[in-house]
Formats: sequence, C-alpha cells, structure tokens
Amino acid sequence: MNILQLPWLEFAILLSLLGALCVSRCHDPIRASRWGLAFTGTVFGFTILAWLGHYLGVKAGDGWSLQTYYLGSRILELDALSAPLAPSVALLHFLTALATARTKMRRFSFSWSLASEAIRLATFSCTDPWLLISLLVLCTIPAYVELVNRGKPTRVYVLHMALFVGLLVLGWTFVEPAANHNAQPAWAVIPLLAAILVRCGSVPVHCWLTDWFEHASFGNALLFVAPLSGVYAAARLVFPIAPDWVLHSLGIVSLFTAIYAACMATIQQDARRFFAYLFLSYSSLVLVGLELVTSISLAGALSLWFSVTLGLGGFGLTLRALEARVGRLSLADFHGLYDNSPALAVCFLITGLASVGFPGTLGFIATELLVDGAVEANLAIGIIVAFAAALNGIAVLRAYFRLFTGKRHASTVSLQIGLREHIAVLTLSALILGGGLFPQLGISSRHDAAQEILHGRQENLRTAARHWRVP
Amino acid sequence: MSDLVTIMTWLGVYVVAAPLLLVFLLGICSLLRWQLGEQTTNKSVQTAIVSGLVASIAILVLMLIDGTRHVVINIGDWVEIPHYHFSIKFVFDRLSVPMAILSFLLTGTVGAFASRYMHRERGYNRFFVLYSLFALGMVVTSLADTIETLFVGWELVGLSSALLVAYYQERPAPARNGLWVWIVYRISDAALLLAAVVLHHMAGEGDFDRLLGNGPWPDGQASLAPLAALVVGLLFLFAAAGKSGLVPFSGWLPRAMEGPTPSSAIFYGALSVHLGAFLLLRVSPILECSVVLCVVVVVLGLLTAVLAYLAGSVQTDIKAALSYACLSQVGLIVAEIGLGFRYLALIHLLGNACLRTLQFVRAPTLLHDYHTLENAIGDHLPRPAGPMKRLVPERVRSWLYRFALERTYLDWWLSDVIVSPFIWLFQRFDVLEHRWTDFIAGQRSRESDQTKPYSGPIEELT
Repeated sequence: MNILQLPWLEFAILLSLLGALCVSRCHDPIRASRWGLAFTGTVFGFTILAWLGHYLGVKAGDGWSLQTYYLGSRILELDALSAPLAPSVALLHFLTALATARTKMRRFSFSWSLASEAIRLATFSCTDPWLLISLLVLCTIPAYVELVNRGKPTRVYVLHMALFVGLLVLGWTFVEPAANHNAQPAWAVIPLLAAILVRCGSVPVHCWLTDWFEHASFGNALLFVAPLSGVYAAARLVFPIAPDWVLHSLGIVSLFTAIYAACMATIQQDARRFFAYLFLSYSSLVLVGLELVTSISLAGALSLWFSVTLGLGGFGLTLRALEARVGRLSLADFHGLYDNSPALAVCFLITGLASVGFPGTLGFIATELLVDGAVEANLAIGIIVAFAAALNGIAVLRAYFRLFTGKRHASTVSLQIGLREHIAVLTLSALILGGGLFPQLGISSRHDAAQEILHGRQENLRTAARHWRVP
Repeated sequence: MSDLVTIMTWLGVYVVAAPLLLVFLLGICSLLRWQLGEQTTNKSVQTAIVSGLVASIAILVLMLIDGTRHVVINIGDWVEIPHYHFSIKFVFDRLSVPMAILSFLLTGTVGAFASRYMHRERGYNRFFVLYSLFALGMVVTSLADTIETLFVGWELVGLSSALLVAYYQERPAPARNGLWVWIVYRISDAALLLAAVVLHHMAGEGDFDRLLGNGPWPDGQASLAPLAALVVGLLFLFAAAGKSGLVPFSGWLPRAMEGPTPSSAIFYGALSVHLGAFLLLRVSPILECSVVLCVVVVVLGLLTAVLAYLAGSVQTDIKAALSYACLSQVGLIVAEIGLGFRYLALIHLLGNACLRTLQFVRAPTLLHDYHTLENAIGDHLPRPAGPMKRLVPERVRSWLYRFALERTYLDWWLSDVIVSPFIWLFQRFDVLEHRWTDFIAGQRSRESDQTKPYSGPIEELT
C-alpha cells in the first residue's frame, strides 16, 4: 500500500482535536507551547501528505478511513479548490505557534488554536452544504470564547455572526428543497448573498472585523480571518447555484469594499486596524475575481486567495512579533525599530509587498491575472482594481516607514528576532519568494481549480435550463 | 542558429543574470543575517557590474559585426495557462543596448564612488542591497521586450528608489520624503499596469514586436486606432510623468535628495529620472498613431522644462538645483519625443545622464572648493545677473521669484487639493465607524484610542 493512500487529512483533523485536548491539560504556558508546536507541526506534515496524494492523483484507500467505516462515504476530502488551502491553513497555525513570543504565551491559547485548526481543516475539505454550514457556524464559537476569556466586549461580534448564521441557514433552507432543480429563487439566494457579505466583512457590515482585531489577541484574530472562510463559503455555496445578477451584486459590493478598505488602510493610526483594512481590501478583491466568472479572473482570484493567506498571514505574524516587543503599535508616530530588529523589518517588507502583489513575490502573477480578468470584463473594474492595489502598496510602505524609520528607538533589552521567529520568517520568505519566482505550479493548479468551478457552474445552469423547459 | 547568434544569446542572458545574481547574493546574505564585509560587497558589486557591462559591449560589437540591429532573447514563459501567458523576453536593439550600457556604466561608476563615500556608514550593506535591486530593475526595464517584463523592472526601480530616499532613517524627514516618492510611483505604476493589461488584450500578448510593429526600433509601426492609441498613450504618459517627475509630479524630485549623494546621482540625476522618457521612446510608435497624444506629450515636456528651469534658478541647495536642471532637460527630451525626434531624444538622454552623474558626484567637493575660494578672496564669489533682470519688469520678477521659490506650487497643489481632502474624507468615515461600533457595543469600543505605544522595558510586558 502506498503511504499516500492513507487518509492523511482525517489524521490531521483528528490529531488537531487530540492535540487540543492534550494541550488543555497543560497549565504551564511554556510546556503548552512546546506541545502545541509539536501538534501543529505534525498536523502540517499530515496536510502536506494529503495535498501530495491529491496532487499525484493517489486515491486514498478506505482501509484506515473513519469516514468510510462509520458513514460509508467520504464527506471530508480534498479537491482542486481545497487541496493547497488545507496545508496553507495548517502552515499558518504552525507558524503562529512557532512565532509566539514568551511574552504572549500566556495570552495565546494553544488548545483553542488547535481546536479551531481542526474545525478549519474540516471546513476547507467539506463540500456537503449542510455540514459546511454547520462547520462555518462552529468556527465562530472559538472566536467568541476568545473575546469572553479576555473580558472584551462581544456585542459587535455576536450581532454580526448571528446575522451571518441566521441568513446562511435561512438561505440554504430555501435552497435545499430545490437542490435538484438548481435554478434558485431570489428568497433563497438573497439571504445567502447577504450572509457571505457579512462573513467577508463587506461594507457596510464590515465593522465586526476591525472590532475583532481591536479586541482579540493578534494571533487568534489572524487565524480566524486569514484563511478566508467567507470566500470559501461563497465558492462552495453561492457560486455554483447563484444567477448572474447575484454574482454581479456580490462583485459590485466587493469592489466598493476593496477600494474603500484600501483608502481606509492608508489613513489608519493604529497598526491592527491598518492590517484589518488591508486584509479586508484583499479579501474583497478575491471576491471580485470570483464574480467575474472568467477562467482568467477566477484563476487570479484563487491565486490571490492563496497569496493573501500566506502573504498577509506572514505580514500579520510580523506585526504580532513587533507588538510582542513594544506593545500596541501606533502609526501616528515614528518608532524607528529598524536598527533594533532588521530581520523583522525585512520580513515586514517582504510579506507586505507580497500581499500587495509586488514583482517576484507570490501575489504578483495573481494580481496581474486579476487585473487582466477585470479589464476583460470591464475597463472601469480594471481601473478600480489596479487603483486599490496601488493604494494598498502605499499603505504597506507607510506602515513600514512609521514602524521602522523616523527616529532611533532606545531599548534596554535586545529586540532582535529570536531563533523560532527567524525560522518562521525564513519559511515564509522562502515560500513567498519561491512561489513568486517559480509561479507556474501554483498558477496551473489554481487554473485547474477555476476550470472545475466553472464547469460545475455551467453544468448546474444547463440542468436548470432543462428543468425550467419541462412543464 | 548561427554561432554568432548563439554567443549573443548567451551574452544577453548573462547581462540580465549578472545583476540578478548580485541581488540574490546580497539579499540572501541579509536574510540569513550573514554580515558580508565591505570588501566582499565591493568585489561582488564590481564583478557583477563590470562583467555585465563587458557582456553588453560585446553584444554591441557582435551586432555591429553581424549587421543585425534586433536580437531577441526569449527566456520562455514564466507562466502559461490557456488564454494567458507571461513571457520573459529581452531585446537588444538601438534603444535598449545604449540604455543597458549606460545603466551598467553609471551604476558601476557610482558603485565605486559609493564604496568610499559610504565607508563605515551604518547601513552600508542595506545601501548595496538596494543598489543591486536598482541595477537589476534598470537592466530589466532597458532590455524588456514584453510590457510585463518592463513592468517588473519598473517596479524594482521604484521600490529601491523610495527606500534609498529614506536611507537616513533616524530622521523623520527622509522617511516622509521616501513615502511621498513611493506614493507618486505607485499611482503612476497603476497607470502602467493598466496600459500593459489593455495592450495585452488588444494584441493578445504583451510582446513589443506585436504591439509596436515588427520593424526594429525606431521603425516599428503600431496598428492601433487613434482613439485606442490616445487612451493607451495617455496611460503611458501618466506612468512616465510619475517616474520622470514631469508636471504635475515634479515635487518629488528635490524631496528625493534626502538620500545619500551616490543614490541621488544615480537614481535621480542619471537613470531613474530618465526612465519615463525611455518608456516614451520605447512606445513611440503608439504616439505616432495619435496627433493629439503627440501634442499632449510636447506640451507636457515643454511645461516641465520651463517650470523646472524657474524652480531650479532659485534653489540654494546644490543637489536640488542640479535635480531641477536635470528635470528641465528631461522635459526637453520628452518634447523631442513628442515631436518625433527619437534619435535626438536618445542622444540627449544619454548625454544628460552622464553629465548629471558627473555633477552630482562632484557636488560635495565642488562646495568644498567654493568655500576655499571664498575664504581666499574674503568675500562671496561674484554672480553675474541673468537675462531676466534686463528683460523682465521688477514686479513680474518678484512674482516669478515667489512662484519659483514655492517650487511652482505643484507640491502644494498635490498636497492640498488631492491628498488633504482625501485624508479628511476618510477620517470622517473613520469617525462614523467609531460611533457606529460604540453604538452597537453599548460602550467605548476602540482600545486603540486609549492605548499608547509602550515605551518601557520589555520585562514589564511579561
């Protein structure tokens, strides 16, 4: 039996859950961090094997699978869309655990992080609509617990997430009876559309995202948003069944959000809020690409998704490492931290530029494809997308100048990057620059996923057309 | 493929590979925290730049021997998916070869100057990492045969320039000026990106051969309709205006003088500021498709030349005065391009770049010489009155003086008419969001309002 035939994805999810249980028993934060690191590292390894199996076309055997044993079929499985997303989510969890400074170990809950990782991995490998909805609902709980544990206000988060869950369930309740018919009524797709907009933080229901970054620990805030669960829900639940006008509406709102968030990112005075808006702008650009429904724009959107997860994830981790040294970061003043930690400054630049699609980094070809797809659809959309990307670039370099230059920072202790952080930084840099210099593999894989999504959508529309012709 | 062509191909690959290897060497060492000594850095820079220069000259000689004026080196598709491909192609022709040789020559000269000027300077290594990035950007832009490849080089030049302006990072002014340069670059880069994508759509690919006709530069003829040429050409002109500091973006040029003298010399005096003109030369077949576009180019060039002359006449700082002198020449070069004098513009560009490099590099010692002379004669050196005094009435001269002293109000216009209202508007939105989240939360919802950055010892954070 080939080793890749083992159900590595299931192992990864189970190990995350097991890890959450084990780590929750550790009361010493340093011990918990070591165990957390070991579990997240192993889970990452398992997801890589799962991806490799999918990439090489190795069919997972049923012998070891709990799903086939208990349920008779596989409901959690990687496909072209989710195959690279699962390892990227696991990597983000691993690097977050790895780069957690001692000063933050008490605040960052490794057990909740592992539990969230299990839910996220299950979410990103799930195609069954109701199970996916349940997992998306479940995903919101650890974040709520985080706010409660930290004694922070929860109302903004709870109201928005309740709206999201309510609309999602309501929408899909109307969709499901007509599942075989595929042509969905407006009262089914409108709540679904609204749910996606709330979860993705589209304007005007975006305030929960900035509020979440204000109150959650940076690590958990990052892990909650960076994998773009809302976009995944859109790709799985809305995209295959939605009529064109729904996708256009989604696109218009996302386009507005992308430019609005980019503008807001350039004027923020707080580093976390700046990051939240930057993230919002890019997640909206991914949605814009999805809406355009061409193979180029879809490939661009899916590539950008991957780049956002890694690039902005890494960018967030760098900001978090800085916060661990000097506390909450204001962008109103210059901090002059370059001399204290040049490696962090370099990492900040690399990850920041990768997230805005600078040449030679992971996001460059993705942004090119997205702008190309946008111009193909409409020149005005292309102009807005290019302008949003330019503004995000300005916001990133403004933050760099504010944090690392402008004065000489005096510190009583060394603020140099630690070994664990350095490993995290080098791993991310290697992935970002490697993926940027040799983009063919990643872009081809995303193009295949885009083709699969388009094919699914066309099949559905064809079936729907046949259905409505039959009296 | 004949032997000569094979040799030229390999040499061409090396011309691009030399600065690329330098970037890898210096960049990877910085990432891994391996501190290279000054001597090792200098040796690496010299080897890469000199060998790149020799390879470019060798290609020129071989092209002259072979009688060919257009050598294309196709590295292959960087990315290829159905309906989209990103080719990496370089071209050696009458425009790119002189520009590549100029780039190597001036970066080499300034590299040698900087190795002494920056000796024992904090951030010596950082300077040379950015220097190598700039050299790579210049070479890629000069030799690019596809619009996408040109965009890659263009962006590298922009980033390295902005970071070099902010090189002296212990003070806020260089950081602010670096950001200003970056803002102008990013906005103009967005125009270039759009132009690239629009052209890609029109021709189905981004090759200059396809876009600008098959003939070697400057004989190519673009087959664009006048309206399409006008739209694309205006996007290119916008991008060129940002990079070359043409009106209304001229204000960034004196701000860029915050960087060390070697970077001022190479980036703003010699190469970077001419890149906009180079872009217009490269896409000049598109300009020919629209008379309106040509007129706009000429007007913009002449306007820049006049305003830069006025502003330059009243500068008290030698680097700022030189930068405006350079800009007024760039304006004339752009006007020449608009008038269709391509060879004249190219020669003007090469001459101006070399002259300004010499002037910038000489500037610190020239000041020293002036001080010595003034000390010797016990007075200021005599300054003969210019023609303005005789030709222009006193009142107009005062107005012109104020106008020039304010650097023709272009910075004020960009700052007060565009940037400030933008910031004001989005700050109002921020306040509205603040009130909205406070209302939903039923309490003050923004921690960031109350939290000040931590400045105490780090042990207290634990």
